[in-house]
Amino acid sequence: MSVNQLDPNVWVDKYSDYLYNYTIVRVNDHEVAQDLISETFLAGLKSKNNFKGEATERTWLISILKRKIIDHYRKINSNKGKAEVRMSYSDDESEGDWLEERVSDPFDKTAEDTMENEELGMAIFSCLDNLPEKQASIFRKKTIDGIDTESICNEYDITPSNLWVIIHRARKGMADCLEKSWF
Amino acid sequence: MNIKMECHEANHICDKNQYKEAGFWEMVKLNIHLIYCRACRKYTARNMKLTKAVHDPKVKSVSAADKDALKRRLQQEL
Repeated sequence: MSVNQLDPNVWVDKYSDYLYNYTIVRVNDHEVAQDLISETFLAGLKSKNNFKGEATERTWLISILKRKIIDHYRKINSNKGKAEVRMSYSDDESEGDWLEERVSDPFDKTAEDTMENEELGMAIFSCLDNLPEKQASIFRKKTIDGIDTESICNEYDITPSNLWVIIHRARKGMADCLEKSWF
Repeated sequence: MNIKMECHEANHICDKNQYKEAGFWEMVKLNIHLIYCRACRKYTARNMKLTKAVHDPKVKSVSAADKDALKRRLQQEL
């Protein structure tokens, strides 16, 4: 098995979307997510020499990001000084089977639904990562960034029919990959 | 106009349609092709699903400007 290498120059292009989708579910704030991601990259850069090559670059970055998210919550909790909610009863009689004590509500699926959709974002970007470099970047430009055919053709110096062949292959690859992990 | 067409042509129109770039007659021809071609029906269904998934509002991506900012910060440290 080949040993994984780090290449910080491509981090932003390759992983920022994936990391962003991971972060935004957990912090729910665009600014904070951006900051956490840039901190993650910087921390990764600093501890580059500790990378043993046993995990992939992405796994390694995610593990740093996890720490950063935990740190973020520690910080805001210590600012507020009330991290937990306590419940107390005024007298013995009101003690009993209270609705508030039941943690999960089987009919309230919304939180779970959001989680699933957010995982879709990660599934898409990890599939995109599996495609060949050129297919991935052209597919991303065309589909996600919505750049028109002509400017992509100029940028890569290809003809429109070339572009459509690449798009076709990329779509096929994406559909196969998502079929395994998502659909 | 030739109504019949081959599958690779149908797939190409289907790909274009995902970006709303297929013409009206192309769509007519594609739909006629789909009536009798099971393989292309399957391809089209999968293709539509992929488009829907990618355009799901919950799928976030970092804007180009934000990416540039990230890159610049990273470059400073390199």
